[in-house]
Amino acid sequence: MFIPPAEIERRLERILLTVQKPGRYVGGELHSIVKDWDAVQTHMALVFPDIYDIGISNLGLQILYDQVNSRPDALAERAYAPWSDMEAPMRETGIPLYSLESKHALADFDVIGFSLPYETLYTNVLNLLNLAGIPLRATARDDRDPIILAGGHACFNPEPMHAFIDAFVIGEGEEVIHEIIEVVRDFAQARNTARKQASQSTAQRERVLRALAQIPGVYVPRFYEVTYQDDGTVAAVTPNIPEAPPVIRKRMVAKLPPPVTRFIVPNIEAVHNRVAIEIMRGCTRGCRFCHAGMITRPVRERSVEEIVAAAEEAIRQTGFEELALLSLSSSDYSAIVDLVTAISNKFGDRHLTVALPSLRIETVSVDLMEKLKDRRSSGFTLAPEAASERMRRIINKFIPDEQILATARAIYSRNWTTIKLYFMIGHPSETLEDVQAIADLCKRVLAEGRRTLGGRARVHAGVSTFIPKPHTPFQWVSMDTVEQINAKLDLLKHELRDRSIKLTWTEPKETLLEAWLSRGDRRMADVIETAWKNGARFDAWQEHFRYEAWTSAFAAHNLEPGFYTHRVRRPDEVFPWDHISTAVRKKYLLEDYLRSLAGDIRTDCRQQCYACGILPTFAPERREHPGNYWKCPEVKPAARQGAAAENENRPQLLVIGEEA
Amino acid sequence: MRLRITFSKTGSLRYIGHLDLQQIWERTARRAGLPLSYTQGFHPGPKIQIAAALPLGFAGRAEVVDLWLQEPSAPLSPLPSASAQSLPDMAILQSAAPPGLTILRIEAVDEHAPALQTQVAAAEYEVVLTEAGYGSDLRRRVEELLAKPSLPRERRGKPYDLRPLILALDLLPDKEGIRMILAARESATGRPEEVLAELGIPLEVTRIERTRLILKDKLQLTKS
Repeated sequence: MFIPPAEIERRLERILLTVQKPGRYVGGELHSIVKDWDAVQTHMALVFPDIYDIGISNLGLQILYDQVNSRPDALAERAYAPWSDMEAPMRETGIPLYSLESKHALADFDVIGFSLPYETLYTNVLNLLNLAGIPLRATARDDRDPIILAGGHACFNPEPMHAFIDAFVIGEGEEVIHEIIEVVRDFAQARNTARKQASQSTAQRERVLRALAQIPGVYVPRFYEVTYQDDGTVAAVTPNIPEAPPVIRKRMVAKLPPPVTRFIVPNIEAVHNRVAIEIMRGCTRGCRFCHAGMITRPVRERSVEEIVAAAEEAIRQTGFEELALLSLSSSDYSAIVDLVTAISNKFGDRHLTVALPSLRIETVSVDLMEKLKDRRSSGFTLAPEAASERMRRIINKFIPDEQILATARAIYSRNWTTIKLYFMIGHPSETLEDVQAIADLCKRVLAEGRRTLGGRARVHAGVSTFIPKPHTPFQWVSMDTVEQINAKLDLLKHELRDRSIKLTWTEPKETLLEAWLSRGDRRMADVIETAWKNGARFDAWQEHFRYEAWTSAFAAHNLEPGFYTHRVRRPDEVFPWDHISTAVRKKYLLEDYLRSLAGDIRTDCRQQCYACGILPTFAPERREHPGNYWKCPEVKPAARQGAAAENENRPQLLVIGEEA
Repeated sequence: MRLRITFSKTGSLRYIGHLDLQQIWERTARRAGLPLSYTQGFHPGPKIQIAAALPLGFAGRAEVVDLWLQEPSAPLSPLPSASAQSLPDMAILQSAAPPGLTILRIEAVDEHAPALQTQVAAAEYEVVLTEAGYGSDLRRRVEELLAKPSLPRERRGKPYDLRPLILALDLLPDKEGIRMILAARESATGRPEEVLAELGIPLEVTRIERTRLILKDKLQLTKS
């Protein structure tokens, strides 16, 4: 199946006007890059496996697009998932998945990289491979097929997708992408020959995958064997070739590269129409449920000067009406007041909206937002996550009620009429009393608003359900059952009937799917494939989500979903993701979990190092960037050596008593 | 200052709708450093008027948009920006435009002239047939259609007469296809696809371009 770009364009023209938003499928955006196909050696497709409107706003993919296209020897083009109204005519008229830039079929590329920031995209990956005419299973591909890569936060547990992806990138991609291109370059030529000769050999593919397996941070699943215990848990994951490292350590960019400024500017409306600049990466707060906070350590900050200059340049290049300053915890950016002042001075009168998400719940945050307001939005978002003191200690996000109420007062008194409060239910050991506290807090916040604004005051409570994510201190915890979650939701629905309070929640079954996929082992791959065959795709979209497609897939493979989600783990259980290292030690996570059970909180680790494992693991990188750029405190040499030695002596499998 | 810009909209921009085009103009102006004027009120928006919506899939050879600029204020960007006295540089505006948007002409118009949408009188279209087999006999069909005193049709359940909306209709001189001028007043707008339907030509085998908009006051304005 070889369809040249001109033919794809001809077929497209016949169907584009029959779909809802043809602008999703034509490319041609400002700052998209169309290189001469024949003038470069390596052709990489970057795919966001959801629709254009969502994918175009993804910062990670934009960064990689920038990195690859900065090389004279390579090109990167994009593809997204066609919405169902487009997929049908594409299949009918024989249009394979193609790139927006040059309209080449995806099968023409040498490498395809999927971005997997969350797990509910997995069935879309299968659907897109199928739409591209590429064999679903990695082992069914030969020298003619592209190398299939995946990266992103979900890949910190790559096992559920191991059967479909040739190589996973663990961690940050800015540097490793170049090492991958170096390795893939000569495969590109071998591939051309194989395609011309219709060769079914796999020798070249095997060779390049072996080379990829030796790049730090790249995981090639076929070079590892998994054995299981009788109880179904993993016994061990062992390399089956000498070149593959037993543990794959995440990549971490010691110094963040300059921010992207030439963002692709979509011609149609996207979920985010904005310049996005990461002001820092990582988080030192240590909320125990938070996957991102554990896997993106250490904290690295960009300077105010770099951020302001990049924002200025990006606005000039793109003309976007919004600027977003992104991080996991904006209030923790050291120079946040200076940054906000500089940004508001620079852009104050330009009809530009500035978004500064993830602010801490304190009155200072209200001052910061006040400074940034131009087109004033009516809502202000706070994320207490839990409402009882006991819960807050357990999750290590401790904000006293009085602080929340004082912040709410400050917000309403400056004429924001709606406060959006984010909570999570189903935290470890949570009872209905803890959930009642959520309802009570919402009412008390609203009461503050009524005192200031009268009937105009609103509260919007957004409630999601806790998932015990891999690589977090809560990875040992059992999840609430659908019945437990529903009981808690019922309580909230009953308590929050006030017309001034809006309650939104995530459907428990959707949460459950996310939990299965994020905690799954290699056996989940069969379930994913069967679910896809059963019609599952766009699982992140409520209108497409089909729970039965999944339960019947589990049944088809004799797997019990509860095994993945509703089981307390022994402290020494080997997790399917234990061979993937975030550099935060498993012992540290366990310790922190035990502290949680005791109700102990741990403060911001910038004040005091708790020896999570980052510093000894990345000691050379830290030496190259001493001082204040990383937010890890300076640790005395003796202590650092001690931690390093401990880290080396500690194997991944930690055995401690059951009673712990 | 009120700027009137004549532009073409081609390539992938053919698949971009009216509201999105409005946004494209806002961003293009911002990139070019033009100080757009904003409406007053709680949700200020830039003052941009596009003469007539172009249906999805149609190319536009000479479309028209009006942009209102503020009195010169502090420069908004390192790029040279327009002042109330001088017109913005066409090359700068062009370099700020996305692929498919070509700036053809920039002129200043009376700030207080009526809204651009109300000034459009008619539009000219060229329809090229992309597949063989539909063009035979076309001249006869065109002539028969023009000979009819009325063409009763229905749009959204309302009956109307298409015939008086057709101001001109003939064959393209060099290609298989037709050229037409249709009334495009706010109350009475003829659509090329309706004329094609009368001629028995399916939309899928055509490529349609709006070649000019004819304004009430300047009939020759947008002739390219």
